[in-house]
Amino acid sequence: MAAPETPQSSTLRQAFGNVLSVFILLLIGILAFSIRLFSVIKYESVIHEFDPYFNYRVTQFLTKNGIYDFWNWFDDRTWYPLGRVIGGTVYPGLTLTAGTLWRILNSLNIPLSVETVCVFTAPIFSAFASWAAYLLTKEVKGVGAGLTAAALLAMVPSYISRSVAGSYDNEAVAIFALIFTFYLYIKALNTGSLFYATLNAISYFYMVCSWGGYTFIINLIPMHVLLCIVTGRYSSRLYIAYAPLVVLGTLLASLVPVVGFNAVMTSEHFASFLVFIIIHVVALVYYIKGILSPQMFKVAVTLVVSIGLIVCGAVLAVLIAMVASSPTKGWSGRSLSLLDPTYASKYIPIIASVSEHQPPTWPSYFMDINVLAFLVPAGIVACFLPLSDASSFAVLYIVTSVYFSGVMVRLMLVLAPAACIMSGIALSEAFGVFTRSIKFQLPGVSQNSPVNAGDTGNVMQNDVVKTEKSEDSLKERPSRKNKKKEKDNVERASVVPQTEKRLSVLPLEASVIAIFLLVLLGAFYVVHCVWAAAEAYSAPSIVLTSRSHDGLHVFDDFREAYGWLRHNTEVDDKVASWWDYGYQTTAMANRTVIVDNNTWNNTHIATVGTAMSSPEKAAWEIFNSLDVKYVLVVFGGLVGYPSDDINKFLWMVRIGGGVFPHIKEPDYLRDGQYRIDSQATPTMLNSLMYKLSYYRFVETDGKGFDRVRNTEIGKKYFKLTHFEEVFTTHHWMVRIYKLKPPKNRIRGKTKKAKSKASSKRSGTLKKNPWH
Amino acid sequence: MAGRKFPTVLLLILNLLSFLPFLTISFSPDHPTDRRILVLLDDLALKSSHSIFFTSLQSRGFDLDFKLADDPSIAVKRYGQYLYDGLILFSPSTDRFGGSLDLEGVLDFVDSGHDLILAAETSASDLIRSVAAECGVDFDEDPSAMVIDHTGYAVSQIEGDHTLIAADDFVQSDVILGSTKIEAPVLFKGTGHSLNPDNSLVLKILSASSSAYSANPASKLSNPPLLTGSAISLVSVVQARNNARIIISGSLDLFSNRLFRSGVQKAGSSYKYEKSGNEQFVTELSKWVFHERGHLKAVNLKHNMVGGTDEPSMYRINDDLEFSVEIYEWTGSSWVPYVANDVQVQFYMMSPYVLKTLSTNEKGLYHTSFKVPDVYGVFQFKVEYQRLGYTGLSLSKQIPVRPFRHNEYERFITTAFPYYGASFSMMAGFFIFSIVYLYNK
Repeated sequence: MAAPETPQSSTLRQAFGNVLSVFILLLIGILAFSIRLFSVIKYESVIHEFDPYFNYRVTQFLTKNGIYDFWNWFDDRTWYPLGRVIGGTVYPGLTLTAGTLWRILNSLNIPLSVETVCVFTAPIFSAFASWAAYLLTKEVKGVGAGLTAAALLAMVPSYISRSVAGSYDNEAVAIFALIFTFYLYIKALNTGSLFYATLNAISYFYMVCSWGGYTFIINLIPMHVLLCIVTGRYSSRLYIAYAPLVVLGTLLASLVPVVGFNAVMTSEHFASFLVFIIIHVVALVYYIKGILSPQMFKVAVTLVVSIGLIVCGAVLAVLIAMVASSPTKGWSGRSLSLLDPTYASKYIPIIASVSEHQPPTWPSYFMDINVLAFLVPAGIVACFLPLSDASSFAVLYIVTSVYFSGVMVRLMLVLAPAACIMSGIALSEAFGVFTRSIKFQLPGVSQNSPVNAGDTGNVMQNDVVKTEKSEDSLKERPSRKNKKKEKDNVERASVVPQTEKRLSVLPLEASVIAIFLLVLLGAFYVVHCVWAAAEAYSAPSIVLTSRSHDGLHVFDDFREAYGWLRHNTEVDDKVASWWDYGYQTTAMANRTVIVDNNTWNNTHIATVGTAMSSPEKAAWEIFNSLDVKYVLVVFGGLVGYPSDDINKFLWMVRIGGGVFPHIKEPDYLRDGQYRIDSQATPTMLNSLMYKLSYYRFVETDGKGFDRVRNTEIGKKYFKLTHFEEVFTTHHWMVRIYKLKPPKNRIRGKTKKAKSKASSKRSGTLKKNPWH
Repeated sequence: MAGRKFPTVLLLILNLLSFLPFLTISFSPDHPTDRRILVLLDDLALKSSHSIFFTSLQSRGFDLDFKLADDPSIAVKRYGQYLYDGLILFSPSTDRFGGSLDLEGVLDFVDSGHDLILAAETSASDLIRSVAAECGVDFDEDPSAMVIDHTGYAVSQIEGDHTLIAADDFVQSDVILGSTKIEAPVLFKGTGHSLNPDNSLVLKILSASSSAYSANPASKLSNPPLLTGSAISLVSVVQARNNARIIISGSLDLFSNRLFRSGVQKAGSSYKYEKSGNEQFVTELSKWVFHERGHLKAVNLKHNMVGGTDEPSMYRINDDLEFSVEIYEWTGSSWVPYVANDVQVQFYMMSPYVLKTLSTNEKGLYHTSFKVPDVYGVFQFKVEYQRLGYTGLSLSKQIPVRPFRHNEYERFITTAFPYYGASFSMMAGFFIFSIVYLYNK
């Protein structure tokens, strides 16, 4: 088909290709959406985990009270008694998106509940993200790579883990915004159009609204600009792509209340300003070079360089002084832990205590991006053949995101799109090479065989590759001359089957086998992704299931407990628990909490940690001073639920001890080991958390065998003096205690033993609840 | 609404029916004076030997129900309702109560807000001692010990062991002992007790003099006595956290007709009072214990913006607000305004941000106004009023304080005018530059 290059058939084929790609994109969108519905089908349409509950609550508030009240929302039901200014401390992007979606649906007379909209926001946006990945990869390497990348992204497990239906979290929309911003940057870079540059700034604004990960963009793009400048690829397109982003983007970003002046004050943003200065200097140099004669230019260069060095030195000194004057050197804890992976665990236990802030293990790479891990290197190689501005960006993106994913499990999410793009490029290039080899070697093929070549199931690939080529040939890229020439060479080579082309052709059998293997690889990937979506990442974590020999067990204890709180306590009662359960308590039980998952006040969390680590009386006093009525603990010892409060307890001790030094971690460890059996330290056995977790536990099996720690507990029979158990869920996973009121009377000093010895009747004395 | 009303009315009627037997006015928050009192005696003879005390109670409108302490029909509670509002235990030697009453029963009675008068004596039973100990009063551990005072004894013809004491070390409190000063010393003969100084709920009403000690008068003193001097309390009161009031006396004779009527001459003093202070002391104390005096209530805790009348659900920082509360005192028959100049309100979030003394209009209304501090959070209006003898007032009302809304800040700040000037001149300059650049080739 390549031979009869009549204009008519070419346009026809192009039109067909376009229709086909649109159709494929549609299917990819549907795939991305529907693969995320396992959670709804297997469980139910509920909000998952912790943070999504907060987002859901905020969205409810938004839909009920409107945007201005949302903006000014002072929430008096969390962080009692400090309260939290939600409007100023939340990334509003997700909430506004879902709120708008809900409003639009309602105005179209589609009466969906807010919860439904929230549940399905993430799948919808992952479809958008796939399309954005298509656009981005298309800009980098053409339509074929784009479609492959989109298909891969639609089902990459890493992204699924954060965007299954019900996982209503910032990342759900932020990944779309991230990819789309990169696409617009590349588009602006490729076209040199101010229109795209402006769109890029707006898209960046949406990203800033959505997720704190926007700093990745505002560091990666300057890095790429710098790379381009250093490698001599400066062009006016680069300037147009970058300068508006910094100016408009920073202005827009500072409109978001949670960012505000941070957009110009914290060092995460300084790189962009520095590069902004550099690009202007470079632009000036190019301009002067254009108007001056070479000799004059040389003189000017020496002049400018000497002056410029001084100015730069001064600016740098000011910058360093400014940065150094702030205690954390202008970096926030989370960002510092990016640069120095051990920073958080050394200095900020509250960041280190979150499991998703830990460095990932190797298996998690295979779990989360699977075969893409092997394809990425090939993609990087493909990006260098030839290296364009866009492909250098893709390379930079993958390199940095690999580093960041190695620092924090959570940032695996940033790696996933990069890996998909790279793998898409690699796969598409590989298919291109192999199908071309087959095509040129099949007998009598060169005339009419493209459809045959598609027998291997790669109609799409084959066709797309061609579409890309024809498109490339049509596209007029105002790139540098030698690059264009190079491209033209490639173009010509592909159009005309020269002998030199034959040299790069692989043997027929090898090609067929390779294609077969690649398809197999893809098939494995699909199988793995479906499995991951269905089994690994769909559990809502508020409902747990376990499969045993006698069937499926459902543990719905969390909702049972929150329901109990909602129905059996006063509206203004305060519930204390470890911060993990704060969001859920406010959203599901509608009760005031002391601390929640927005860990903005370390002291307050340390207070709760201290209370949990203290003996009963001291804990009672702390809780009473905070007006706490109920204490909620999560206990997994009966059913073997490992992420319970006893397993998190050391973090409470650490965080509490960080602020209140009388809590010392070694007091809770026996010879450096954390244990709750008979070898445990007295401090441990007398701590409130131990008592609340194991109170009456021995009654369940007579031995007090903890199925998480796989040991018998150390202290089995004890009474609570300042707390009383009010509710324990069916599987003992959530236990709720009430603070006893202070004693009505204060006893005298007279020994009870005496009266007991002399009067046999006073055995009743023991049952008196007031001592 | 009508459908809902009917069962409510029916329920009310049923309730009233069930209360018909006790339709006499009983203890309630609105009417805190006790009415029905159970008196448990060791011996019915006490009824006549202490008749002045009992008659004075009856004349004040109390229903006294006398029972022997081991009467098997004793029951203070039926169907979860208490049958009595007060309990007088004049049975120092009883080892166990009859019927369903036991130590726990007595303590529950107190813990549900009812009052108690307990009188012990030398060799009081363990049961009585336990009740006292549970309330924070420790009688001398030696059961036969009595309070002896060789300088503060009452001069008398028959007794020579100085165990009949003329005590006049009263607590300084008009609300407990009445506004009339008790002139004559109180005659006391019985066992002493001590209080834990850390215990904030018990209070010495009548202390022994510094020369008193507690020992067995019949035996020779071999060891130094454990209880000596003014650490010995003769009569104490307890006000529990739920405002139940308790009198604990080490002497049952204190209430007896004999000591009520007897004259008193303190050793070393030549003046002989015709009548001891016992009657006045006991009567005033019983008025206090049965909530005829010193019972406060606070109602209508209100707050609003200055100039407004409605109670807002939330304040903004730096708002000016008005706060008021009404406090009344019970006189035994009606609520009268309580007048004091030391009632304070706190605006509290983990610590008081504002602490203001309330001014009163002498009609029970206390009010003040202040500015909300420049701190947002969930605050409380707190009135903590604990005064000797009075029931404790502990009110709190939660109120959130929010920061400024986005449109409540100043639109233009004077100090920022240079910046406004800079940006507008920049805009103008850019505009002119563009025109010059574009059209001036």
